[in-house]
Amino acid sequence: MHIIESGNVAAATGVKLARAQVIAAYPITPQTPLTEKLSEFVESQELDAQYIPVESEHSAMAVCIAASSAGARAFTATSANGLLYMNEQLHWAVGARLPVVMCVANRGIGAPWTVWNDQQDSMSQRDVGWIQLYANDHQQIIDSVIKAFRLAQSVSIPVMVCYDGYLLSHTYMPFERPGQEQVDAFLPSFTPKHFLNPDEPGNFNTVTLPDIRPGVDGTMEPGYIEIRHNLHQDLRGALEVYADIDAEYEKECGRGGTPFVEQYRCDDAECVAVAVGSLSYQLRDVIDILRLEGLRVGVMSVQMYRPFPDGAIVEALAGRKSVIVFEKALSYGNQGPLYADIKAALYSRGDRPPMQNYILGLGGREIKTSQLLDALRQSCSAIEAIDDTPRWIGLKL
Amino acid sequence: MAEKTTIVNLTEEEFVHPGNRACSGCGLSIVYRMGLKALGKNTILVVPPSCLTVLQGLYPVASTKLPCVNVTFASTGAAASGVRGAMKALNKKDVNVVAWAGDGGTGDIGIQALSGACERGEEIIYICYDNEAYMNTGVQRSGTTPQGVLTTTTPIKGKLQTKKDVPAIIAAHGIDYVATASAAYPVDLYDKVKKATTITGPKYIHVLTPCPPGWGFETRYTIKVGKLAVETGLFDLYEIDKGEFRLTGASKKLLGKERKPVSEYFKSQGRFKSLDADMVDAVQRQVDAKWQAYAEKLDQ
Amino acid sequence: MAHRDFCKMISRSKPGPGDGGKTGSWRVLRPILHAEKCIPVKAGKKACFNCWLYCPDCVVTKTIPPTIDLEYCKGCGICAEECPADAIDMVAEDSFSVKEK
Repeated sequence: MHIIESGNVAAATGVKLARAQVIAAYPITPQTPLTEKLSEFVESQELDAQYIPVESEHSAMAVCIAASSAGARAFTATSANGLLYMNEQLHWAVGARLPVVMCVANRGIGAPWTVWNDQQDSMSQRDVGWIQLYANDHQQIIDSVIKAFRLAQSVSIPVMVCYDGYLLSHTYMPFERPGQEQVDAFLPSFTPKHFLNPDEPGNFNTVTLPDIRPGVDGTMEPGYIEIRHNLHQDLRGALEVYADIDAEYEKECGRGGTPFVEQYRCDDAECVAVAVGSLSYQLRDVIDILRLEGLRVGVMSVQMYRPFPDGAIVEALAGRKSVIVFEKALSYGNQGPLYADIKAALYSRGDRPPMQNYILGLGGREIKTSQLLDALRQSCSAIEAIDDTPRWIGLKL
Repeated sequence: MAEKTTIVNLTEEEFVHPGNRACSGCGLSIVYRMGLKALGKNTILVVPPSCLTVLQGLYPVASTKLPCVNVTFASTGAAASGVRGAMKALNKKDVNVVAWAGDGGTGDIGIQALSGACERGEEIIYICYDNEAYMNTGVQRSGTTPQGVLTTTTPIKGKLQTKKDVPAIIAAHGIDYVATASAAYPVDLYDKVKKATTITGPKYIHVLTPCPPGWGFETRYTIKVGKLAVETGLFDLYEIDKGEFRLTGASKKLLGKERKPVSEYFKSQGRFKSLDADMVDAVQRQVDAKWQAYAEKLDQ
Repeated sequence: MAHRDFCKMISRSKPGPGDGGKTGSWRVLRPILHAEKCIPVKAGKKACFNCWLYCPDCVVTKTIPPTIDLEYCKGCGICAEECPADAIDMVAEDSFSVKEK
């Protein structure tokens, strides 16, 4: 069914269709309407879930961690400083291997305070071990949320679904809402391998030694490093699982096929612009104009940032004449995080393209189509080698 | 009415394994052992970092026979709420959800999450074992360290500030059951935990827990020191049941009786050795005034 | 498609004794129970059991007479201190022969 709603409501609708059982959240701009919508779903009994109005984001994730440990499907959402306040809990949720799903309405982080969009919040959490999905529009928000629950429970790793604050969270767009039966067929109920169970008591997340150690039955059990290695291997394995989940979703709901990267006019493109989120759709308009000017240019969005889909990215970018990465985030003192990751993925290739990095839109600074046109006109043909110094778009002082 | 709990009829079932890593003479071990007896098998524990983390064992061996989730330091109250949320969502009834934390995890770093859980009326039991300093990290001052106590972060003058009254803070949330207990009175503790399992909403039990290495006394005196805290009137055993305050057990028996001087308690432990006579007198006067107030309030 | 077996490693401990090893080896003093002084023994019925009640380490049995599991007893001496009949002595471990230990 087609509906016209905000990105936050698209997310909330996905959570409802996924039949989340325990929801905890603390309001923060621009995530707030999602939280409000979920409270409404629960109070009106449209969604049979426990809604726990916690007193902080740290506690929101604590509720999700504990509820998931006890075997319930758990969800939360946040933005910016709320996400950072959770940081310790993000590590905990993944280390405990809990299939929590969280939406992040991307917002710049303080200081100084900003409520406007960039992607520094979730990008800065790239190393915690969560799977990160990024949506480009409202349709991808609702679809990603549903797929995220399936992925999280398939691999026992939490999943973050990120979408641009205001640009997507608060704008109204038409999107297709899958039927409940479709989602039920796609997303089986959550049956955890391990959960808090008085009939089979276990102590979760106990202090774990540097070395392996025998258990009560004499079997040698892993040390911390083995557990962490296993997590890393599982994250790498999640790539394949997500590709299959995406294909299955496409079969059920008719949308999918681009689990890792989404390419627009890239088939014959010599130059590929890369971006994450709604910016990639803005770049489509830019590419259309540049094509009219005769430039063979395309745009690629990165839909999954962790685990890093290096295979798909190398396949899409190796052999191009240039790759231009536009980012609303920065690894301060270095480069844009996505730029650095793409460059590393291409490094071993003899046909690695020259690359350039643009930083833009931080703290919600407006990104004008003309600026993107200028940047691409300049970079597409001009760059011949990797130019690691990020260029900034739109600085006025 | 149920049979009165006595040492003789107290259940022999244990939920803690011997050979755990708690220090010799550990007050927490006694509190934990008694508390779990009262809670029984259908219990899920939520534990932040504390001495209990150590007592409970290192992977892959658990010293506790109940399911337990270890959580981050500041999150205990919220995590317990999450377990209860899952129990409701999964329609699992008759499970005690019990948060068990130290004084730092409760009154300092954990107070926000605990306050939130109390305000929301979460169906949880929260047990704070108060050993009056950060013992697991090596005896640093905490909010509940009493005035004058030597710790590794108040090494010369002793703590300058007074003890934070955490049970009073929790009681101010208006929850139906707040109690204090002591490792030195295990049967009283058992009864309070048992009672907590029958009351709806949040329940808070604050347990004074002597710590031989942290308080500076020989391991054999854990009970003696715990009893002295009560017998001198410094730490009182009470319940606030639906807002109604009453002294219980050994504290109740002190009403109208002469109490041991607080100096006797102070002399029993190395941590008080920087207290001067003026400070001891001042504390004695505070204790006397408190008991005078009890007498007036509870006499009616 | 067949995927790998996910989440094979997680820190989930199983209950069992002796996480800290044979903690009896921590002991400096050994509790020795003199049954003839023990209240339940003298009374010939269940009584007292302070040693069982106050033991932090669950190593005293609630039997007549009580027994102490020396494999795990840490030797704190609370049982001796709290015994109203002075039926338990704490004796230096080094007074026992190697074989006895």
